Amino acid sequence: MYLSMSDRNGGKKDLAPPATGPAGPLQTPFRLSPVILWLGVVSMLTDVSSESVSAILPLYITGFLGLSAIAFGILDGINQGASAVVRIAAGYASDRIGSPKRVALAGYGLSMVARIGLLFASGFWALSAVVAGDRIGKGIRTAPRDALITVSAQPEHLARHFGVHRMLDNIGAAGGPLLAFFILMLMPNGYGTVFVVSLAFAIIGVAVLALLVPNLKTRQPGSAAPDSKTGPGRGFRWRLLREPGLGRLLVAAGLLGLLTVGDGFIYLVLQDRDSFAVQWFPLLYVGTNVVFLILAVPLGRLADRWGKARVFIAGHVALLACYLLAAAPVGGLGPTVACLVLLGAFYAATDGVLAALASQLTPPDKLATGLGAAQTVVALSRMTASVGFGVLWFALGPSVAMVVVGSFLAVGVVASWFILRGGLRQRPAA
Amino acid sequence: MTAVGSKLRWGILLVVTALVVVAAGAYAAVAFQRFQDSRTAVSTARVASGAAVLARGSVLFRNTAPGQGYGMIGTVPLSDPAGERSLAGVACDRVYGTLQNIVCLKTSRGLVTSFEAVLLNPDWQPARNWAVPGIPSRTRLNADGTLVATTVFVTGHSYGSGGFSTETSITTAQGSGGTGNLEDFALLVNGTRVTAADRNIWGVTFAPGQSDTFYATAASSGRIWLVQGSISARTLTAIHDGVECPSLSPDGTRIAYKKNTGSPLAAHWRVAFLDLATGKETVLSEPRSVDDQIEWRDDQTLLYGLARDGAAGDSDIWQISADPASRSSLYIEHAWSPSVLR
Repeated sequence: MYLSMSDRNGGKKDLAPPATGPAGPLQTPFRLSPVILWLGVVSMLTDVSSESVSAILPLYITGFLGLSAIAFGILDGINQGASAVVRIAAGYASDRIGSPKRVALAGYGLSMVARIGLLFASGFWALSAVVAGDRIGKGIRTAPRDALITVSAQPEHLARHFGVHRMLDNIGAAGGPLLAFFILMLMPNGYGTVFVVSLAFAIIGVAVLALLVPNLKTRQPGSAAPDSKTGPGRGFRWRLLREPGLGRLLVAAGLLGLLTVGDGFIYLVLQDRDSFAVQWFPLLYVGTNVVFLILAVPLGRLADRWGKARVFIAGHVALLACYLLAAAPVGGLGPTVACLVLLGAFYAATDGVLAALASQLTPPDKLATGLGAAQTVVALSRMTASVGFGVLWFALGPSVAMVVVGSFLAVGVVASWFILRGGLRQRPAA
Repeated sequence: MTAVGSKLRWGILLVVTALVVVAAGAYAAVAFQRFQDSRTAVSTARVASGAAVLARGSVLFRNTAPGQGYGMIGTVPLSDPAGERSLAGVACDRVYGTLQNIVCLKTSRGLVTSFEAVLLNPDWQPARNWAVPGIPSRTRLNADGTLVATTVFVTGHSYGSGGFSTETSITTAQGSGGTGNLEDFALLVNGTRVTAADRNIWGVTFAPGQSDTFYATAASSGRIWLVQGSISARTLTAIHDGVECPSLSPDGTRIAYKKNTGSPLAAHWRVAFLDLATGKETVLSEPRSVDDQIEWRDDQTLLYGLARDGAAGDSDIWQISADPASRSSLYIEHAWSPSVLR
């Protein structure tokens, strides 16, 4: 399963369409790797498990246990930061032992153990520990799992394979809350049942990963990647940033991440402008998720044909359009739905595509580190963006704040275009 | 993977899946049966046969006794709080009543769970309802029942999309006007306007006999203030530190509240009251942490809810005199969210 870097990016300049001949850019027919299918199923089961709990956790904590929600919010912020940082570390560990599956299994396993803890935790600190365990588990598993996807996918169809995985992942994310609320609809205090069902999904997910996903290696033991400039795969991980392309990708992703305000804020802006029925608020999340899962595969295909960096940047143009729609003084259902579609398209065009781009720009022996670095940069920059936007919101009001961020994003899109183009130009033609 | 290994792996997966599905299904079935049983079981509290009647000199609360009538509005006479309770056929998460009307915050269960406030007539018929943007936390009416204050926890759909904050607003009983989110009011501390992004307002209490003045809690950057609010001027003016969930006494001279003696992360709330004229603070002897908006039984006695040990979803209402030497005592068992009809 070993693939060299030049194999994986096919020697393409990524901002230009792949120049593989006039007859048709892609000769290799798409064949879904069973490994990716199973990884998608694992993610789906795990997302049903985690999203069913997180959807009802606020209700459980404040409404049922009567614990302080504000303190929980503070702790959750700390956990989010920890989860972001752990991603790059887990990627590094995965590269060091050369076996992403083991690290991914540890991550999924930790989240599963946290679900068992949920059945017994009733105090504030116990619950916080459980949520922290779940979050750290998520941080651990993401980079090695994406590394497994990368080594299993056909290089010409890398983004499309990521699209398939993200589609399955989002089916779980959309289904989990529905399942949880269905249980609570039958039994108003049935939190215990939600936790047990969630644990069941987590166990099956871990079993599928352990039993059906092969233990693929990301590098051949004892040999360095052919075009790695940093020598054997034992170098300090920051040197990875000197890889042509990856450093620029991280800068561009970080820049755009700083201008990506959380979707929670976008929903609040829509609500503030429209005062449409507050009870439909939860449906906005489901709507965005559904658009994401529908568009994940088509946009992955587009990324493989048209260029991943192009689709990644175009996704941010969709986000920009959503900002402007949210800020526009027109109300009604039409603009709101359009904004959700654009937001879903943004996620579909950036989430799996960024992973595909990062893995393409990283030498095989540092694959998971590169993936983890990209995820850490995006997560931290988006957290910063949310804090900054909160300040802007109060200083300027929702609509003006949206326009200001939108203007910066327009500049950021152009700037990242040049950053990415420069990076890809630097690469020697294969 | 060899063919034999593959078969074995599939076999193990099927067995694991079957075991897990059967176990979870069995748990769910038992839980559902238990829920059905508890819903039809006789209430663990003594319940009067007649329907509740809104009468002066009684306490209105949320009944949390397991069994029939769980979650419904109950009343007991002030003179006999431990006696039989009368239930109204309306379920709420948080409730507050006056002789004119009752406000009931509740969760509407469904595939999309939403939250609403319902204003009830004295004969428990809904007069008006409106959606609130989060999980019910506090609610208050002013003395003549013309103003409704609600505080809810606004949460993201998942804990991935941001922490918790509160949304507090005041609306009129008729539904016209209202303040909108109180975070939009100007928050003044020592004459300076606080514009930090993390402002949070919660726990409104109305000043008796005044239609414009109210008190509430405001927080920003880890600091917490008691604020005096003006609906017409749209201002919140800080008048004291560290007061959460204020509650004005019926004579309007004192404010009972919860005072955090722990840290922001590990809160321990003591019951305390503040003399508005002198600014003197008195902390009472209740040793347990009280996370509730206190209610005055009369000008001398405080009522508050505490979770019942070992019984999630159940709670009791306790009372304590506004005197540091006084000890708390059980007031109404299996109850939550008290309001005194005076």
